[in-house]
Amino acid sequence: MATETLTLGKALNVGLRKALEGDPKVVIMGEDVGKLGGVFRITDGLQKDFGDQRVIDTPLAESGIIGTAVGLAIRGYRPICEIQFDGFVYPAYDQIVSQVAKMHYRSGGKLNIPMVIRIPFGGGIGAVEHHSESPEAYFAHTAGLKVVSCANPQDAYVMIQQAIASDDPIVFLEPKRRYWEKGQVDLDAPLADAYPLHAARVVRPGTAATLLAYGPMVRTCLDAATAAAEDGRDLEVIDLRTLSPLDLGVVYESVRRTGRAVVVHEAPSNVGLGAEIAARITEECFYSLESPVLRVTGFDTPYPAARVEEEYLPDLDRVLDAVDRAFGW
Amino acid sequence: MAKGDPGASTRGRRAAPRSKKATTGDPELVQLLTPAGERIDSVIGPDGTEYRVDFTAEEYRGLYRDLVLVRKLDAEATALQRQGELGLWASLLGQEAAQVGSGRALRTQDMAFPTYREHGVLYCRGIDPIMPLRLFRGVDQGGWNPDEFKFNMYTIVIGAQTLHATGYAMGVAMDGKTGTDDGEAVIAYFGDGATSQGDVNESFVWASVFNAPLVFFCQNNQYAISEPLERQTRVPLYRRAAGFGFPGIRVDGNDVLATYAVTRHALDNARHGQGPTLIEAYTYRMGAHTTSDDPTRYRIASEVEAWQAKDPIARVKTFLEREQIADASFFAEVDEQARREAVDLRERVLALPNPEPSTMFDHVYPNGSPLLDEQRAQFSRYLESFEGSAH
Ligand SMILES: Cc1ncc(C[n+]2csc(CCOP(=O)(O)OP(=O)(O)O)c2C)c(N)n1
Repeated sequence: MATETLTLGKALNVGLRKALEGDPKVVIMGEDVGKLGGVFRITDGLQKDFGDQRVIDTPLAESGIIGTAVGLAIRGYRPICEIQFDGFVYPAYDQIVSQVAKMHYRSGGKLNIPMVIRIPFGGGIGAVEHHSESPEAYFAHTAGLKVVSCANPQDAYVMIQQAIASDDPIVFLEPKRRYWEKGQVDLDAPLADAYPLHAARVVRPGTAATLLAYGPMVRTCLDAATAAAEDGRDLEVIDLRTLSPLDLGVVYESVRRTGRAVVVHEAPSNVGLGAEIAARITEECFYSLESPVLRVTGFDTPYPAARVEEEYLPDLDRVLDAVDRAFGW
Repeated sequence: MAKGDPGASTRGRRAAPRSKKATTGDPELVQLLTPAGERIDSVIGPDGTEYRVDFTAEEYRGLYRDLVLVRKLDAEATALQRQGELGLWASLLGQEAAQVGSGRALRTQDMAFPTYREHGVLYCRGIDPIMPLRLFRGVDQGGWNPDEFKFNMYTIVIGAQTLHATGYAMGVAMDGKTGTDDGEAVIAYFGDGATSQGDVNESFVWASVFNAPLVFFCQNNQYAISEPLERQTRVPLYRRAAGFGFPGIRVDGNDVLATYAVTRHALDNARHGQGPTLIEAYTYRMGAHTTSDDPTRYRIASEVEAWQAKDPIARVKTFLEREQIADASFFAEVDEQARREAVDLRERVLALPNPEPSTMFDHVYPNGSPLLDEQRAQFSRYLESFEGSAH
């Protein structure tokens, strides 16, 4: 077993490399993905080794990146599109929602668009506006798309390869503030036997309440659980991993045991994923609940200026405060 | 996606200065068959290319048959819509030559990306003409196999398909399928209104910088629903190409021969690795934009009459008669075939069954989705709950 310590960003890079090696039809396209290796260096060194026909620096046109990738997919390629920052995906929104998501359906199953749309998302890096957004609900609301997010280097490495291998079009959300966090990665993990792309996972077992998170907030919830343990509260943490479709079986099982659930995400709460999750838990686990399902989220404002983002982003204290409220019911 | 060998390129000639000045109202056209049915042997286009066609009598008759059949089937679809059998229909009336000329210029290996109006191109690709009627009746969303017929699904979102065509064409080049006589080329159809869209302009940029084997085929039918050309552009559309770095040419879109010649030439350039061309087929939409609008609100009768005089089918007929390529019995036979095919189409449309409701859950994801499986199961339990009841 070749286990290495890698950052989440590097794990993605190695995963992309493996995908390029494994299938000549895999191509990477985006702004600055070539020589520069992407603004976050996730594609670092790939153009050098695979050439500019496999790792394509594109014109500065997001709709063009996604729209031409649709054509490449129809032609038999497996494009991986990098959107440079979350806030710049909107010019491509029409192509993603109206074309990528619907092509298989409209063609009665005759066309596949095996595309991965990689988006560094979320805040916490002190960036200027349009660089810290959480657009997941827009995509999760769209039938025909799958939306996933990785939270640790091992998952980053495996999930990116699974996403590329899948015939489903996948919006792959990368927690940009976690790019530099390190973890153990088993580089030989066989994809098929590894944890499936569409499965939520208990990342910390516990008995008192269930914390639900994905992407950047998994780390925050794990930290909150550690802090709560010091106060004698044993919290369970679930990494949802796939946001559409949600894998809620694990969640229901957990909430039935703990009786309390808190959903944590950076995106605004209004019509966000937390609302969907809370509604479903309420439908399925009503008689097991000791308190309403609570949400800890970003506010219903545009992402604020960097100097106040620590206030905007759910942090350990806000998570623990919600847990307290769940117990005070 | 290597650039074509500059030595072998025709680009130098294409960039030659133009003598005549063109405006949107004064089209500078490549034409091989005048509205009066007079044959022009060959034309040197403003790009310096000589355009000509060399058809056998049989082929001329074939083109005429295509034009008549396509018009008749379209008329039948319009009638079916008026009788409530189709939710909507986007008629191609007046644009038959642009579609048949470009459609017949395609080789088997070439791929087309249409809008929602390319019934004539669809016909040329050998697809059953009932297919678009299924879409507009609401039986499915476009049931032909794009791979099999090399004709992608109709696209309703204006301009979106030009990017798909560009990406597909990039794939053709990456597959090494250009640079030879039997190379592949791609054609993207769109309207004059579409030229205002970001996607179309992005596709111009992409196709140009990647030297994609692509022909942009704009049917300038003078209107985007009610908005005239002047609301989309202040320069003749074909001239836009120059700013993106590839040739643009305007052809008489009501002239099936010129449309064929110009499209064939552009496709051959593309398949030989010489990159994209923008063709502006200058034509006119004789009917409504779709069956849901009223063109008398935005255009005047004299304009329609002026274009009537340029009818794409009448001029071919005059030519065939004058050159004695076809006689009255041929024309009668074509009319009879068109009538029969229209009747057949009508009968088949009326017999189309509605899809099973549960099929709406099919083909959302190639790999399925547990969420959807759950909803499908719930829905079928709900339907079953009616069984045996009075409903
Ligand atoms: C993005 C988008 N905006 C608006 C519409 C509604 N719409 C349908 S057809 C049309 C006009 C298109 O005109 P043009 O591109 O000239 O094509 P034509 O139908 O005349 O061939 C409009 C506005 C649409 N389908 N897509």
